Amino acid sequence: MHQVYTAVFEPGFFGSPQVHVAITIGGVVAIVCAVVGVFTVMRGQSFAGHSLGDVSAAGGSGALLIGLNPVAGFVGLGVVGAAVMDMIGIQRLRGRDLATGIVLGAAIGLSALFLYLTATTGATTGATQQVLFGSIFTTTSATIGVVAALGGLALAGVVMVYRPLLLATISPDVAAARGVPVRLVGMIYMLALAVSVGLSSIAIGAILSTALLIGPAAAALRLTSRVGWALGVACVIGVLATWLGVLLAYDSYYWGSAHLGLPVSFFIVAVIFVTYLASGAVTARSARTARPAELVKVPAAGTEV
Amino acid sequence: MFTGFMMDAWITATIVAVVAGVVGYFVVLRGSAFPAHAIPKGAFAGAAAASLLGISTLVGLAVFSLLGAVGIGSLSRRGRNDVATALALVLMLALGAAFLSRTTEYEPEIYSLLFGEILGVSSSAILPVAGLAVVCIAAVAIIYRPLLLSSIVPDIAEARGIRSARIDMCFLLVVALATAVAVPVVGALLIFSLMIGPPAAARALTSRPVLAMVLAVVIALITVWAAIALSYQYNWPIGFFVGALGAVSYAIGRGWSAWQGSVTARQGV
Repeated sequence: MHQVYTAVFEPGFFGSPQVHVAITIGGVVAIVCAVVGVFTVMRGQSFAGHSLGDVSAAGGSGALLIGLNPVAGFVGLGVVGAAVMDMIGIQRLRGRDLATGIVLGAAIGLSALFLYLTATTGATTGATQQVLFGSIFTTTSATIGVVAALGGLALAGVVMVYRPLLLATISPDVAAARGVPVRLVGMIYMLALAVSVGLSSIAIGAILSTALLIGPAAAALRLTSRVGWALGVACVIGVLATWLGVLLAYDSYYWGSAHLGLPVSFFIVAVIFVTYLASGAVTARSARTARPAELVKVPAAGTEV
Repeated sequence: MFTGFMMDAWITATIVAVVAGVVGYFVVLRGSAFPAHAIPKGAFAGAAAASLLGISTLVGLAVFSLLGAVGIGSLSRRGRNDVATALALVLMLALGAAFLSRTTEYEPEIYSLLFGEILGVSSSAILPVAGLAVVCIAAVAIIYRPLLLSSIVPDIAEARGIRSARIDMCFLLVVALATAVAVPVVGALLIFSLMIGPPAAARALTSRPVLAMVLAVVIALITVWAAIALSYQYNWPIGFFVGALGAVSYAIGRGWSAWQGSVTARQGV
């Protein structure tokens, strides 16, 4: 029994302070991302969700250059980017893709400049990797408070407009007819998205930010068509995937004799990806047994909601 | 500015701009900006893997961008397009992070793969880049009619027996080829700016397909040439100028079409 235990949890796992921080921050971020992500997937705005990560990374590298607090840079530029996307026309179906793309293109250009200037002034080494890939294990416990506060803010934004947002997401026309301010609700949602993506980019890195935003939510929405359930399922998947990923990354240090270990982002993404594929298999099986009328529930690929 | 290694830079940049303009026109028309961002960015992992195995970066890029295109195409058959793209992208990036953790790659090399290193293009690289570019343009020419039809009126294309899933896959493969052409020159992130900004501006100026495509190529050429000249002059990264000029050209295009619209409205047409 003890052997099994030490095989699963390699020595020192529960005693390591980095693991404590990773588990706490990872859990908080996973929940925030899962809740916001369910709406992101339903609204078909995965591209915006991913792009805001790159936009806030540009803010992070800018903050690094002028010596500002990186959190302010990440979240600040993310919010500005979301506002510009909204202005160019993310709410219109045809303009959405382009609005996101233009903002993303400009932000990448800025990253190129900031990172180049940071590298030439010799302030920090490894800035490119740090900003673009990030790592949950390099986060310090001092960040926990900020992450929790910002996460709470994003969650509060979504909870505040939950009903109108849901209606505006499922059927914008009905929502407008019932007097829901669709534009305003969309803007509040975009701000919540920007804040949660910005904070997850700095806390766990840009790769995981997109993975935790889209993966658990997409898997949950395949498993259940009730939005309330999907929110809960997405949170569970997100948190479990994060914790399992942290555990595997910690253990991977003991695999083989080289003691190299693999990055935690790799493991978390792998777990999420497998979960998404498995959820598809479950859906396909229940679709075979379901009555034909129920088959049309899920919109076909490429259609916008 | 026009001697020796700079000549190589001008030639490859011109090739890249032509490919980006042609492919980018369809990216904008089809609303495929996300795959056009995801394939080059994910292909970056291929470059990391190639450096780990000690083989040519171009091979790694080409293999991973093709894998990415196939992954996105087949995942979107059984789920949402944008979700499939996002998940394929993070999977490739995670693999890239795993490869990078195994190499002792220097920071500047990672930077130049992401943001481009136009001056690092050697004259021996021109031939393979040109070859890939020709294949890419030829592929667009071959699927031109069905691609255009399915991009503008998908329903009619379906009715005429054009399978949209198949066209989708073909187009993703074209984007993958364009990626392999462009990444060594302008970097994994900036090829996206080049495929979005100039064609979006061209589309705002005209709605005629061939004219828009030619305009897209012209604007992409101006963007890249200006970016090289500015980057040579001021010693700032070329990526910054490509990104900024791409956004500026889009803004000018939008402004122009808005002005045109207000003129026609005043004339009462």
